[in-house]
Amino acid sequence: MNFEFNEKQKMIIKNARDLAENYLLPGVIERDETSTFPMDGYKKLGQLGFIGLPYSSEYGGSDAGYLEYVLAVEEIAKVDASLAIAYSVATSLYGGPIADYGTEEQKKKYLPPVLSGDSLGAFNLTEPNAGSDAAGVITRAEKKGDHYLLNGLKCFSTNGPLADYFFVVASTDSEQKTRGLSGFIVEKSFPGVTIGKVDNKMGIRSAQVSEVIFNDVMVPEENLILEEGKGFFLAMKALDGGRMGVAAQALGIAEGAYELARKYLMEREQFGKPLYRNQYLSFKMAELNIKIEQAKLLLYKAACDKDAGRSYTTSAAKAKYACTNLAMEVTTEAVQMHGGNGYMREYHVERMMRDAKITQIYEGTNEIQKLIVSGGLFR
Amino acid sequence: MRRIIVCIKQVPETDKIGIKQEKGTLIRENIENIMNPYDKNALEEALIIKDKFDAEVIVITMGPPQAVDVLKEAISMGADEGVLINDEAFSGSDTLATSKVLAAAINKIADYSIIFCGQKAIDGGTAQVGPQIAELLNLPQVTNVKDIKIKGNKLEIVKATEDGAYLLETETPILLTTTTEINNPRSPTMMGINKAYGENGNKRISILSGKDLNINPKEVGLEGSPTNIYDFCMSKKSKTSEMIEGNKAKEKASILINKLSELNYI
Repeated sequence: MNFEFNEKQKMIIKNARDLAENYLLPGVIERDETSTFPMDGYKKLGQLGFIGLPYSSEYGGSDAGYLEYVLAVEEIAKVDASLAIAYSVATSLYGGPIADYGTEEQKKKYLPPVLSGDSLGAFNLTEPNAGSDAAGVITRAEKKGDHYLLNGLKCFSTNGPLADYFFVVASTDSEQKTRGLSGFIVEKSFPGVTIGKVDNKMGIRSAQVSEVIFNDVMVPEENLILEEGKGFFLAMKALDGGRMGVAAQALGIAEGAYELARKYLMEREQFGKPLYRNQYLSFKMAELNIKIEQAKLLLYKAACDKDAGRSYTTSAAKAKYACTNLAMEVTTEAVQMHGGNGYMREYHVERMMRDAKITQIYEGTNEIQKLIVSGGLFR
Repeated sequence: MRRIIVCIKQVPETDKIGIKQEKGTLIRENIENIMNPYDKNALEEALIIKDKFDAEVIVITMGPPQAVDVLKEAISMGADEGVLINDEAFSGSDTLATSKVLAAAINKIADYSIIFCGQKAIDGGTAQVGPQIAELLNLPQVTNVKDIKIKGNKLEIVKATEDGAYLLETETPILLTTTTEINNPRSPTMMGINKAYGENGNKRISILSGKDLNINPKEVGLEGSPTNIYDFCMSKKSKTSEMIEGNKAKEKASILINKLSELNYI
């Protein structure tokens, strides 16, 4: 077992960190306040090859792996968690089903524009009555000759308002529940695709999340991934990958907040000494430091499982659970350590605390992660 | 434009180095070595020319084995090849000895149109190596270049000065040192990172020793360096304050303006 990054991984980390500090940090507070998406930053991620990290250069990818991808998401999220989730959704949730299960034509047509950063991709599974329970999906895809007629409403679609391409899960057989679900690639340019309500959120405010509405949309049959009935499988596989993106996002938020707190404890003096000279605070930081390391190892292990071709459903669930709970804990403590300043926008940590909350909820709530882990315990 | 050589240096990330006030020694823990930021402008300018004229860009550095990191970073950004000049005999070299080594390496590479150097390094800050290389190679040089236009075989160059700029026309081969305002250095792409760190990455790096360059060991290293450091000390920072007396705000403001003006601050 080797815990050292290789030279290439170190360079990827450095490159992502430079991008985050030089391009994303300026204006991050204002973007949060005004819910403005950093489109330039996103395009830059694509141009530098970050979005396609785990995919083949044949399809516009960068020929690296999932470990490299989570390392990049982690660095971006230390500064801008909103961009980190937009990145993760494009790479894992949109790119995953196409790269892993798409036909050659689907990969050649639908991966390059998103991996290059020219367009965004989104993932549409969730509906008002189908959250953790995907069996509730009522969006219909009805076969009509050489195409499907798509009708329905998807909600909480990250990148929805900005995306040119969607991975959509719809029912092709309403009697079959999850086994009647199928996965499609839908272009925004197809007539009948519209964006509904854009959500006003507690955190990740500069990420764009919305409803996506399909009204008699004609989807060519060649845009079906695998065959009918594989939609639930495709969505679950995509989410296994996406969870590592969310875990990396959460880990980055935690590390970003931890580092701000560490610096603050060294600078801020009360009672004639810097705050860190109070053992309560230095011990608290030691605890957080240990917990960050624990969560990090779980995440890197999950990514290595995927890269090595091992099963990663459970390891990704563990990583997501650990990293996202960590993000909530570290950011809450970081606000507390900053005292009154921590509650104020300009100190960043309050934003990070708001950003952290969603990581425990989306791409499978942490209760669902326990369902996945416990599901394998008593066989 | 055939071949462009860029001299780069690996330096400690000095803006993150702390200084122990009582002893004046550096706190080096957790400090990473980076490519000298000024050299990134030199490299970027070479890459801009490469993009336009398909020139070959070779980066060279003198340093310890780990200095290969900055060569690989430069290849990630778009350079074609890197040359590490490494020899125990070089350690302790001052700017003159360093210039001799770099000039010898440049002579060996040969067939160049432009040699680029950064304005200075963030560690030593002498700005001497570039000009010394040009002298040793008997080349024309322009320092502090802030704009370059290539017109056939000629270069139209804007050289920054403290109070303005010169517009110059020159021919190649030439040595140029760049300012930070000349461009915004690009970030490495994954394609470049794969080129530098992939299976064939090491084939793009060559290593030269003093022997390869026929350098007399007595002319380099500590022995070949006329610069001697006798002592160094912390600069003293002192603060004084002066209260401006006056009856009205307007009166106080005009006293303040006069004082600032006398001190040439405004």
